[in-house]
Amino acid sequence: MTSFREIPPGTAYAGPETLNDAVIRIAGNSQDGIQSVGAMLARLAGRSEMDVMTYMTIPATISGGPSIFQVHMGSGRVLSAGDAADILVAFYQHSYDDHLESLRDGGVLLYDSTNVEPDLDVLRERRITPVPVPMTSLTIEILGGTGKKKGKNIFLLGLLAQAFRLDMEKIRRLLGEVFGHKDESVLRNALLALEGGYAYSIGDMQSFFTFEEPRHEAGEAGVTKVTMTGNQALAYGAVAAGIRFGAAYPITPWTEVMEQLRYDLPRYGGSFIQTEDELAGIAAALGAAYGGVPSMTGSSGPGLALKSEAISFAVMAEIPLLIVDVQRGGPSTGLPTNVEQSDLNLALHAGHGDAPRVVMAAANVEDCFHLVIEAVRIAHEYSVPVIFLSDQAIATRIEAFPLPDLTSVLQFPGAKPETVDSYKPYPLDRITRHMPPGTRITDGKYPNVTGLEHDEFGHPSANPKVHMAMTAKRRAKLEALAETLPRPAVQGPKAGELLLVGWGSTMGVIREAVDRAAASGVEYSAIHLRHLNPLPPGLEELFRRFERVLVVEMNDRDANGCGQLARVLRAQYALPHIGGITKTDGLSFRIGELLARIEETVGGHAVFVGPAVSHANPNH
Amino acid sequence: MVHTVNDTPVCAEQRPPLTRADLKADKPTWCPGCGDFSVLAIYQKLLEKKNLPQESIVTLSGIGCSSRFPYFVNTHSVHFIHGRILPFATGLSLSRPDLHPIVFIGDGDAYSIGGNHFDHCARKNVRLMVVVMDNQVYGLTKKQTSPTSPVGFKSKTDPWGSKVTPINPTKKLISSGATFVARTAASNPNHMLEMMEAALDHDGFSVVECFSECVQFNPGSFDAAVPRKGGAYPPVPEDHDVTNEEAAYALTREPFPGHFGIYFKVDRPTLNETEGGLAESPTSDTALKDVRQQLEASLRQLT
Ligand code: SF4
Repeated sequence: MTSFREIPPGTAYAGPETLNDAVIRIAGNSQDGIQSVGAMLARLAGRSEMDVMTYMTIPATISGGPSIFQVHMGSGRVLSAGDAADILVAFYQHSYDDHLESLRDGGVLLYDSTNVEPDLDVLRERRITPVPVPMTSLTIEILGGTGKKKGKNIFLLGLLAQAFRLDMEKIRRLLGEVFGHKDESVLRNALLALEGGYAYSIGDMQSFFTFEEPRHEAGEAGVTKVTMTGNQALAYGAVAAGIRFGAAYPITPWTEVMEQLRYDLPRYGGSFIQTEDELAGIAAALGAAYGGVPSMTGSSGPGLALKSEAISFAVMAEIPLLIVDVQRGGPSTGLPTNVEQSDLNLALHAGHGDAPRVVMAAANVEDCFHLVIEAVRIAHEYSVPVIFLSDQAIATRIEAFPLPDLTSVLQFPGAKPETVDSYKPYPLDRITRHMPPGTRITDGKYPNVTGLEHDEFGHPSANPKVHMAMTAKRRAKLEALAETLPRPAVQGPKAGELLLVGWGSTMGVIREAVDRAAASGVEYSAIHLRHLNPLPPGLEELFRRFERVLVVEMNDRDANGCGQLARVLRAQYALPHIGGITKTDGLSFRIGELLARIEETVGGHAVFVGPAVSHANPNH
Repeated sequence: MVHTVNDTPVCAEQRPPLTRADLKADKPTWCPGCGDFSVLAIYQKLLEKKNLPQESIVTLSGIGCSSRFPYFVNTHSVHFIHGRILPFATGLSLSRPDLHPIVFIGDGDAYSIGGNHFDHCARKNVRLMVVVMDNQVYGLTKKQTSPTSPVGFKSKTDPWGSKVTPINPTKKLISSGATFVARTAASNPNHMLEMMEAALDHDGFSVVECFSECVQFNPGSFDAAVPRKGGAYPPVPEDHDVTNEEAAYALTREPFPGHFGIYFKVDRPTLNETEGGLAESPTSDTALKDVRQQLEASLRQLT
């Protein structure tokens, strides 16, 4: 066994190197528990006031098969899951073979020497430091035969704790929280494995990576952070938003949201039911919403398509409803466990007739909590369905964000039955605010809520003037909403050569790309849109101040190179200098990749695109 | 001012009783002689008899001639999309246990486009009353075959006569797990009132399958069940045990017009009961402080 110190001189990277962020990629099989060790690392980083973001692949097979978890943690702002890994942990030979390319030159390869034999020549050439650790045999030594399958991940956690000088006390506490409710021996074994990994000598690796002291943005010091996935944040956000009823059908990658709400909502006096199909999901949610209870349904693209008839009803009948779409690759069954932003067209237009609805998109995990609160508020203030877009990348990645101040964000926009003298459900002179059933109306005229075109009382009417007035009423409320929306903040110069426009999960990558370009002297600007319908004010004016506007999105291009949002913006503002950067590989943009694409599109600039990494599938 | 409603009419004493006049709304637009008039009249009579607080009644429907119902009765009402009113009513029933949701739909909503939902409402035993106004034809769209049209029925979509076995509604409902299944006809108002009242009183998913003649496109279809037209209206035999599923199936196998009355009635926990968290009305925001404490505790576990 070659120990770390015995690596021939010149092979090892001549550290120490001070990092303000590090990317750790753990590659193994799905049953190795690398997801849970990754999640624990993420939570630890969150607790250490470090920023963190993760990325993982779910294997297509239900159990078994290769799997990776990537953690990007740092003392500065971490906005993306990172490009190249600083440390690659390889459990098996196939992990090493598939992922060595994703390790940057000069990085560290930490591998299970029980299973992996690296090609030392290649490592030397790329200045990669090999750190062999017989993880499997050591874990078996510590825990006995069962350690082969279970415990290796915790042993690794101990190794990483040693390498990064992570706070062992915090780790022990975390293990207690994670395993404390199980059989006593489970926690004991976990602690044994942890200490084993921590005590195993990996030599100088400690001196290679030291983290800078956390740099805080103004007011961020000492902030308590929560660490969770986007789907978790969405479920907690829905509770904070006042949602007390939900109904839906399981579909990847939306399902975890409904699973968590099924479990959690009863504790808040609510309920989330699994329905027989997608159509019943939205119908039941509409029924509860009609009852005055803030309600939601959700799905992924195929399910949203099925719900579209009822979306048009919600627009016509003016029922407030939160509809979540956690997007995946399409069309049809498509790529269920990959990311794509190809449901925008559907979100904007699903349904028949003129059916204006609100469409919003979360930019990161934190948004899944806070923006969904705004979505539910808008749904109720404007009596309109709101389609809330997330995607597979946000849904599954773990981020840390400040513990929300619940006192200021909690809301309950439900409607309570009262007694009123008279009531018109669809007044033409103001925005509809339904009185729920149970409302006693003393003049004795009870309202109809209907999908037929109707007069102010909800009685059917095919009168041309009524249809025109009611169509305008449903349109005008979104115009009114648009005026209240904040103008998106511009990163970089307020005018210039190139404005990047993003929406959804591309935000972090676009921000880091703009920062990296700026660092090499090239000034790009960027905005990120959270409100996709209606659009916020001021966009046309902003777009006109740039020579070129490129909308970055993960969907397919048209003849003009425009993706789905780019087409909307181009049509809306009739500005031909709006173009797009699109892609359809089912994977999130990486910073280097995006910068290269920008250069390709606008040409001319020599932007530092980052360390040489293959732009092939980062799973490999 | 919040006015609380529940199963017992709280204001019954202070309020004049509910009358047919209170319940009148738009003039029905059905063809003269349509069976639906009679169903409407009996529904209003039922509400008058039960004297429920008017604001607690919600009349719901799907799409079709019969589904125009909500406009003709003065209660809170919903005219939803085709086939989906049962899940809509499920959401309402679960989230607002203080209300009385009552669904009126036709055979298209119930057994064709929304057939799946009927099965699932039945097995879940949602606290909900449904009256299916079955005319064995699509009337609103002017005579197409319905899932209950008999073999040989000629329509615009079956000009040579339907070749397809019709749905047997009562049989299907019992096998799906409905806890109350009755059969009646609009031509027999007294019996219809009796069945609707029993359905309303049932705690669970109760279905009244009701022949309601389409005089326009399927005239005479139910004559065999109308004594004054030479037919017979055989009641469910007195010794029928409504809790006996096998006996109920035997009734569903009788040739047309079959028997009228309650085929099946059992008690099983309702979905409303099992989804206990909803027992406290979520329309209250007084618990926001508790919400904050709960949610804060959950989030702190993720720090
Ligand atoms: S078409 Fe038939 S069902 Fe419709 S209103 Fe006329 S008679 Fe009644």
